[in-house]
Amino acid sequence: MKQLSTKVTSNAHGQDSSYFLGWEEYEKNPYDEIKNPNGIIQMGLAENQLCFDLIETWLAKNPDAAGLKKDGQSIFKELALFQDYHGLPEFKKALAEFMEEIRGNRVTFDPSKIVLAAGSTSANETLMFCLAEPGDAFLLPTPYYPGFDRDLKWRTGAEIVPIHCSSSNGFQITESALQQAYQQAQKLDLKVKGVLVTNPSNPLGTMLTRRELNLLVEFITSKNIHLISDEIYSGTVFGFEQFVSVMDVLKDKKLENSEVSKRVHVVYSLSKDLGLPGFRVGAIYSNDEMVVSAATKMSSFGLVSSQTQYLLSALLSDKKFTSTYLDENQKRLKIRQRQLVSGLEAAGVTCLKSNAGLFCWVDMRHLLDTNTFEAELELWKKIVYEVKLNISPGSSCHCTEPGWFRVCFANMSEETLDLAMGRLKEYVESTDSRRSISKSSHERIKSLRKRTVSNWVFRVSWTDRVPDER
Amino acid sequence: MFLLASPTTSHSIPTKTLIQDLSLSFSLSPHYSSLRPKSLDFKKKMKQLSTKVTSNGHGQDSSYFLGWEEYEKNPYDEIKNPNGMIQMGLAENQLCFDLIESWLAKNPDAASLKRNGQSIFRELALFQDYHGMPEFKKAMAEFMEEIRGNRVTFDPKKIVLAAGSTSANETLMFCLAEPGDAFLLPTPYYPGFDRDLKWRTGAEIVPIHCSSSNGFQITESALQQAYQQAQKLDLKVKGVLVTNPSNPLGTALTRRELNLLVDFITSKNIHLISDEIYSGTMFGFEQFISVMDVLKDKKLENTDVSKRVHVVYSLSKDLGLPGFRVGAIYSNDEMIVSAATKMSSFGLVSSQTQYLLSALLSDKKFTSQYLEENQKRLKSRQKRLVSGLESAGITCLRSNAGLFCWVDMRHLLDTNTFEAELDLWKKIVYNVKLNISPGSSCHCTEPGWFRVCFANMSEDTLDLALKRLKTFVESTDCGRMISRSSHERLKSLRKKTVSNWVFRVSWSDRVPDER
Repeated sequence: MKQLSTKVTSNAHGQDSSYFLGWEEYEKNPYDEIKNPNGIIQMGLAENQLCFDLIETWLAKNPDAAGLKKDGQSIFKELALFQDYHGLPEFKKALAEFMEEIRGNRVTFDPSKIVLAAGSTSANETLMFCLAEPGDAFLLPTPYYPGFDRDLKWRTGAEIVPIHCSSSNGFQITESALQQAYQQAQKLDLKVKGVLVTNPSNPLGTMLTRRELNLLVEFITSKNIHLISDEIYSGTVFGFEQFVSVMDVLKDKKLENSEVSKRVHVVYSLSKDLGLPGFRVGAIYSNDEMVVSAATKMSSFGLVSSQTQYLLSALLSDKKFTSTYLDENQKRLKIRQRQLVSGLEAAGVTCLKSNAGLFCWVDMRHLLDTNTFEAELELWKKIVYEVKLNISPGSSCHCTEPGWFRVCFANMSEETLDLAMGRLKEYVESTDSRRSISKSSHERIKSLRKRTVSNWVFRVSWTDRVPDER
Repeated sequence: MFLLASPTTSHSIPTKTLIQDLSLSFSLSPHYSSLRPKSLDFKKKMKQLSTKVTSNGHGQDSSYFLGWEEYEKNPYDEIKNPNGMIQMGLAENQLCFDLIESWLAKNPDAASLKRNGQSIFRELALFQDYHGMPEFKKAMAEFMEEIRGNRVTFDPKKIVLAAGSTSANETLMFCLAEPGDAFLLPTPYYPGFDRDLKWRTGAEIVPIHCSSSNGFQITESALQQAYQQAQKLDLKVKGVLVTNPSNPLGTALTRRELNLLVDFITSKNIHLISDEIYSGTMFGFEQFISVMDVLKDKKLENTDVSKRVHVVYSLSKDLGLPGFRVGAIYSNDEMIVSAATKMSSFGLVSSQTQYLLSALLSDKKFTSQYLEENQKRLKSRQKRLVSGLESAGITCLRSNAGLFCWVDMRHLLDTNTFEAELDLWKKIVYNVKLNISPGSSCHCTEPGWFRVCFANMSEDTLDLALKRLKTFVESTDCGRMISRSSHERLKSLRKKTVSNWVFRVSWSDRVPDER
């Protein structure tokens, strides 16, 4: 034990959480329409599989991009040697423009302020190394992406202090929650270096409102701290409202080029919008040149393959493709989300009204035996092992209220989603059935007790489940 | 003006460098904070960013990187900029791209994200499993075996992929060392280690001093001295890290050194990391001996010690693919494999690249042809450099691997100091227009050694570079001979003077040798 670092011997990697365990169960018994129709359906993986055909079509029409060629000539040598941590200029330009397009071209992104990283996993960790010393804290609204426990804390030594959000207002961030979190950090003797939000939110599937964004900007201004806005889901907004980025807010408040703007950093990735998690493409965007400079050097530890940078610079430079893609992606996500929401409703299950993301934040509080996290875990196990759906329990996302689950909808076919909803409906109905049985047994007994003569003692076995005779 | 000086005793430069390195790691660099005004806003700003940002613990202010920057401003081009700077400071392997390009032309599916003509784009786009692509790890393991003459086996399950050996080395540090723990490294070593091993991990490097007296080989006493030095500095030694074949020496560790290392880590109960990134660049008559060979020969496989020996590899040098970011950690310790695998999340290899390279490396016809041809071309290119240097009156350490030579320019120094080395380096960069790496940037304890790369340019460019160098040396020699003969003339003059006479000679007079 002493020969290995505590990073190895502790479980600070956070991967013992149920979020990952459900994943493992799925791996043992994965659903397959033909080969394993009774297997576990994966609804815990926030992947976007809805628009691959668009990219495949583009690749077929543009074979040079993947073929390591430019205008029919091999550029293999050039790419093989390209390891400049400043990144491929054409790629950063294309990425900046894509980010602008997602934000309706209301704000501009300067390619020289972009730092590439191997996924937003790498980008977030690098930002932590730049902004926090070991023991410093970042405030995060709950519920949040379980991976943050590893990405932000494990090797950096930074801490996370939760900003408690509740269902009473749709899990929105409030001023008092922010202040409470800040004070909690101080009680724990932790220096707060900033706030990190995911916008649109994972796992909520909602965009931060302008009010919340204003609140955040004012908060970090008054406390003189940083704000990291992980906008990895910015291209998955399908609601009627436009996506409002923290960059929009800085512009609208005329804070561009101010000191505050230097403390606002955006993280992005192509893993969700384009469905390319395997290609490892992430980015940090910062107005602070010291942060850009240090993060650029740190990106040595997670550069994007030049082969991939080249392919994607060609793809994203094609504006006809990007505008078609973003439009179509939005449409398909909206349809699929609707399918999930109505499927849930048919099972008597509601969810938080969402307008973005690849998942819904589902309310199963009424299915809990008790209003506890133990009951949530019990319910989750039933859903994984009996209903054979892998969904993510809210506790793994640090939600303060038991009974909420994240359910993904964009990583399977329509038929599979229907099947999943069918299974869930069946389960809920059987549960309701049992509940009303035990409820009526319970009431029968209560009325019986009322009739007893004070000398009589009734013993009833709660394990007797008899159909409701009345 | 030139003076012939007698060799001075060597400075305690390494210790000073170490202390400077330590101060960089622990707090704001004294250099940095002294250069800037300490306004209130500035202090406030500094506190908002981590010390990793505000110090220069990234180590990129060293001359190694500065020479690189100079090259960027004025790069040589055969046609567009024939008087520009020739890059000889970049250890790239550009000799065998044609072999890979032929293979790509014959196997278009691999790059086009297809298998048997069918698109597998979707599968690759979604593949982010940090265990890595099984076909790729299998192909990597077999390639590593092939490089070692199939004398040892590598189990694909013990491989952890990383985004280059830069990422692999840092990850191993996170796994093996706490902040403040130390690793011992033989000098001279790759300048990037100061960043890769120390910057974000908080680990320390304590040098194992190697000297030209025995060809910079690692000795028992040097190991012990380094260990004791660490203890004096109150640093806990967690292991030794070697690069084998060595960067910047271009030599493979001898069996004697490898045995010494294994014995040493056994007795101290510490780790050994063997960065074998150059294992496929071995061109000498001897075979490459890996630490894995030694463990096998000493029958130490499956022992406690074998769990503390870790190999790092990458395709950046052997295959010339630094842009693709492919590195690996190989470890017999399952806890390390497990933790490093999770850590690889921070630097996974693009699935697009894993697929391409699994196809390439699975083609055994290609790999055996490549390794053989690579060896041949490196050998002939190294010979070209060595003879070019010789005709300029310059020798280098006899090398049998790598993409560079360790060149002895001690005789060109004004004084046997690192200041003189830096002066010489500046002349070579700015006057001769060659970017080479000064030994001090590699923490060499003796001034006057330089790393000169030979595999990143055409034959013609190499010839031109050597010609420029020869011209420079001859002008220097000329100057030296002039001042030497002036010096001797003066000495003999002095002998002839009458004790009452005083001669004042202006040392700035440079007259041609009249004798």
